Amino acid sequence: MTIRKTGKGWLLASPLVLILGFFLLIPVFAIVMVSFWGSTEYSYYPAFQFENYQFLLTSHVTLSVYLKTFMFAAITWSLCLLIGFTVAYYLAFHIRSLPVQILLFLICTIPFWTSNIIRMISWIPFLGRNGIANNTLQHFGVIDEPLEWLLFSDFAVILAFVHLFTLFMIVPIFNSMMRIDRSLIEAARDAGATGKQILTNVIIPLSKPGIMIGSIFVVTLVMGDFLTVRFMSGGQSASVGRVISNEIGLLQYPAASASAVVLLLTVLIMISIMLRFVDIRKEL
Amino acid sequence: MNEKRGLSFYLLTLFFIIFVLFLYGPTFTIGLLSFQGPSGGLTFPMNGTSLHWFRNLFEQQAVGDIWGSFRRSMALGLIVMVVTVVVSLMGGLAFRTHFKGSSLVFYLVIGSLIIPSILISLGVGILFNILDIDVHWSTSGLGSQLTWTLPFGLLIMFAIFNRFDQSFEEAARDLGASNWQTLRHIVIPIIGPSLIGVALFGFTLSYDEFARTLLTAGSYNTLPLEIYGMTTSVTTPVLYALGTLTTVFSFVVIAFFFILFRVMTRRQR
Repeated sequence: MTIRKTGKGWLLASPLVLILGFFLLIPVFAIVMVSFWGSTEYSYYPAFQFENYQFLLTSHVTLSVYLKTFMFAAITWSLCLLIGFTVAYYLAFHIRSLPVQILLFLICTIPFWTSNIIRMISWIPFLGRNGIANNTLQHFGVIDEPLEWLLFSDFAVILAFVHLFTLFMIVPIFNSMMRIDRSLIEAARDAGATGKQILTNVIIPLSKPGIMIGSIFVVTLVMGDFLTVRFMSGGQSASVGRVISNEIGLLQYPAASASAVVLLLTVLIMISIMLRFVDIRKEL
Repeated sequence: MNEKRGLSFYLLTLFFIIFVLFLYGPTFTIGLLSFQGPSGGLTFPMNGTSLHWFRNLFEQQAVGDIWGSFRRSMALGLIVMVVTVVVSLMGGLAFRTHFKGSSLVFYLVIGSLIIPSILISLGVGILFNILDIDVHWSTSGLGSQLTWTLPFGLLIMFAIFNRFDQSFEEAARDLGASNWQTLRHIVIPIIGPSLIGVALFGFTLSYDEFARTLLTAGSYNTLPLEIYGMTTSVTTPVLYALGTLTTVFSFVVIAFFFILFRVMTRRQR
């Protein structure tokens, strides 16, 4: 019976396994393999050398690019967590009618199904030299000269990250909060806990799985991003993803592969640390 | 729970309103600016209002191959949607019995979700290069996008089956229904509306996908790639007009799926 069960399971899962095998597993192996290959100016050839890694790991650029990317990840993560938690908390505990709750939740999630690139482009009229932000600030006399650092800067990159990724935090945290047994909160209140104590001693600990899942999403999305950084910094800021995409643009596939392997390992280490706090499969 | 609303409620409501403005404000701004007059620029003030920039979109020579890329994105989105629904459903069914090695498959799916997108783009690009197959949106592009949509599809299936009442199935089996009959007449009708959700993810995530398609679409661009190319060369509100049209299209698609979902759940009652 178990053999039949196993066979049936694998049979049903086989399309999934085949697709992910061919377009995920084998490509990752290909990257690992090519990261040891050699390259000329316009092509690459099979070899087994550590040159790509040696160059990558001894370059001072690598360290500064990683530090910059970690900075983006840390700031984006804290802002997404702060905003995402507050919004989820408001929806889960302050909205009392279910239809309203669903409606407001949908308002928060609909942008997920629209284009990221368009959402980035739409910051131009806000942040540009003659944009709404600068005009408003000048109008009220807060500044005399337009601020140059609003668009095409690290500020713009982080703003866009928060804009794009906060909903990855809201959804899992909201999901966790909706599973909290309301009688626990009643009990805490009856036992004399203040609102703040309920938040820190009941709600936050029980929302931790959602917080962790959201954090994994936000951190990995920022660590691997190349488009947002490129577009919102106007090409002035570097990140690990951008370095890889530049190397791809220059057809330096072995160098890009080595960078990709290091990025993948970094992300996996970060995730394995975060996974210590939560069992994803239990949370669905 | 019916006590008077405290100060915190109003503060949080204000916070939520500001968040929604932050979320949608930019989109509505470019919606407004895409009606810029012919001499208008990328920012306010509006130099009159016109449909000039929308008309511009329909003139082939003004900008790249927008309509060709739109057709490709549509076709690709529909293919990804169908494959995502079928494969996720089968995967979801597979995971209902804890078969040997199922956790390996699970980790593969999670890995697919959290791997930086650029690795898929690079890896699939290299793989096709080594195998000496030309990359094309309908082969390498399709596969790369599936690595993004399938995990979402499967996670939704998990959520569905975790809440699934198995007694209906047991009743059908007791009445002598075969496995296939149970699936066809009991399971699929019950989870049908949820499959609409999977379809929504499949289509929209494919339609807007950029990072995983970048190196794998070949010489014929999908719409997001075309728009991305435009950002470096086009400096007129025609970019906003295109953005507005795509966003409106996305909203229409989302609304369509929601209405379909409502109709199907209502029919179940």
